[in-house]
Amino acid sequence: MQQRGTGQAQAPAANQAPNQPPAADQSGSAAIDVAHLVKVYKTTRAVDDISFRIARGSITGLLGGNGAGKTTTIAMIMGLVLPTSGSVAVLGARIPEQRYDVLGRMNFESPYVDMPMRLTVRQNLTIFGRLYAVKHLRERIDQLAADLDLTEFLDRSNGKLSAGQKTRVALAKALINEPDLLLLDEPTASLDPDTADWVRQHLETYRKTHNATILLASHNMLEVERLCDRVIIMKRGKIEDDDSPEGIMARYNRDTLEEVFLDVARGRLREGAPEGTS
Amino acid sequence: MSEIVSHQPRGVSLQRINAMVLRYWYLLISSWPRLLELIYWPALQIITWGFLQNYISQASGFFARAGGTLIGAVILWDILFRGQLGFSISFLEEMWARNLGNLMMSPLKPIEFLLSLMIMSLIRLAIGVIPMTLLALFFFGFNFYAIGLPLIAFFCNLIFTSWSVGVFASGLVLRNGLGAESIVWTLMFAVMPLACIYYPVEVLPVWLQYVAWTLPPTYVFEGMRSLLIDHVFRADLMAWALVINAILFAASFAVFLALLQSAKRNGSLLAGGE
Repeated sequence: MQQRGTGQAQAPAANQAPNQPPAADQSGSAAIDVAHLVKVYKTTRAVDDISFRIARGSITGLLGGNGAGKTTTIAMIMGLVLPTSGSVAVLGARIPEQRYDVLGRMNFESPYVDMPMRLTVRQNLTIFGRLYAVKHLRERIDQLAADLDLTEFLDRSNGKLSAGQKTRVALAKALINEPDLLLLDEPTASLDPDTADWVRQHLETYRKTHNATILLASHNMLEVERLCDRVIIMKRGKIEDDDSPEGIMARYNRDTLEEVFLDVARGRLREGAPEGTS
Repeated sequence: MSEIVSHQPRGVSLQRINAMVLRYWYLLISSWPRLLELIYWPALQIITWGFLQNYISQASGFFARAGGTLIGAVILWDILFRGQLGFSISFLEEMWARNLGNLMMSPLKPIEFLLSLMIMSLIRLAIGVIPMTLLALFFFGFNFYAIGLPLIAFFCNLIFTSWSVGVFASGLVLRNGLGAESIVWTLMFAVMPLACIYYPVEVLPVWLQYVAWTLPPTYVFEGMRSLLIDHVFRADLMAWALVINAILFAASFAVFLALLQSAKRNGSLLAGGE
């Protein structure tokens, strides 16, 4: 296990994780390589010297309460926020300097952005498909619509869809280019349990079939437990812990990640927990 | 790279520019009130100013001789103003839709984004101004297209200025969020008194004339009056306007990129609100 906050380890060993990434990816270069990343907004250290590497083909959960620095971290990985110091490399490209070399291989979904409401689902997907230079776009849209159960909504304005339908459209947009790296910020926020479960299932299948890397920020502990090979817990801009869900739960002597989360959030030290977590 | 994605050029991609123009076209045709609004205000402008021109032509020998200067000025001002609005409104649509994060995370480059906004400003301008020129012809007998080749010089200079102002205003909104939206609607009006749209530069105090001559539209409106009143095309004025426009355009693009960087430092790209 790595030390808290230094995070130089790769994803947990295959035998630790319930959804281990394919063996071939364990030896490959990291999909994401973050080193000593710092972001200061005026006087607030939103991200405070974090480092981690994420193996290709893995699903990693970024956990933390509000203001923990998850969204800022993801935004810096995407190149939408510039770090104060430190470095980020994505799929071998330095971010932000070389981001246009890899943007076509990435995609993201976030509650902080929307798809244009007045355009139909098909129009939105057509535009993003063209931006990503997707071949055979019409077929690709039909395929995504079938996969994500959107076929009957394709010609409906995005603004007339329910929250669950909008999330599926956002997911269709995030998958339009079959990204090697998918960054998801609260992918199932505001969804009913059935739709949320359906989305998680789809993400899991996508990772397996495309050997994709997924980094997701979430407040949903069950989601993280179910999906992720590895969990990075952030608090006040720092990495509090970094291991497989099972490893973390065992270390905190807890049965669920939610209990661990509450321990970390409330500063409770459990027996065997890493120093500094109380 | 995924097999379903075509190889993308390192430079500017026409496909991505087309995608963005298509996005704004879909938006435009999705709302008939917005389409109507593009025509409505220019039409009101030309009718009001056309009647005013008729009235003062009867009362003033000068305006009787300088037929069409007011109507011509109104049309050229609308090219300047609507050109900037056409650019900026398309940009604001992304802010209103909270779509900027999606675009910034896509392979779309800032230059491609700006080029698509420029193309869209031309399309919106054509929808608004062509009916306006036809109204001027049928109601007031002023054939805007009879200006001939100089019209191309006037148009190019005005549209370049409108884009420069549009790029600058969009950069400010990008950096400061929708709280700065009013800049988009009002910035061009700051140019209005100094651009000498309806009166010659000599009307201004001498010190203000120096300021006025730093603005490309001043050259265009002086050139228009020279053409309509003295029947002389002042190519020198158009050349100076073009030089200043080139400097303004480069400066506005540099400022936009600087404001984009600042927005990335500030974290406002994902916020997008006020």
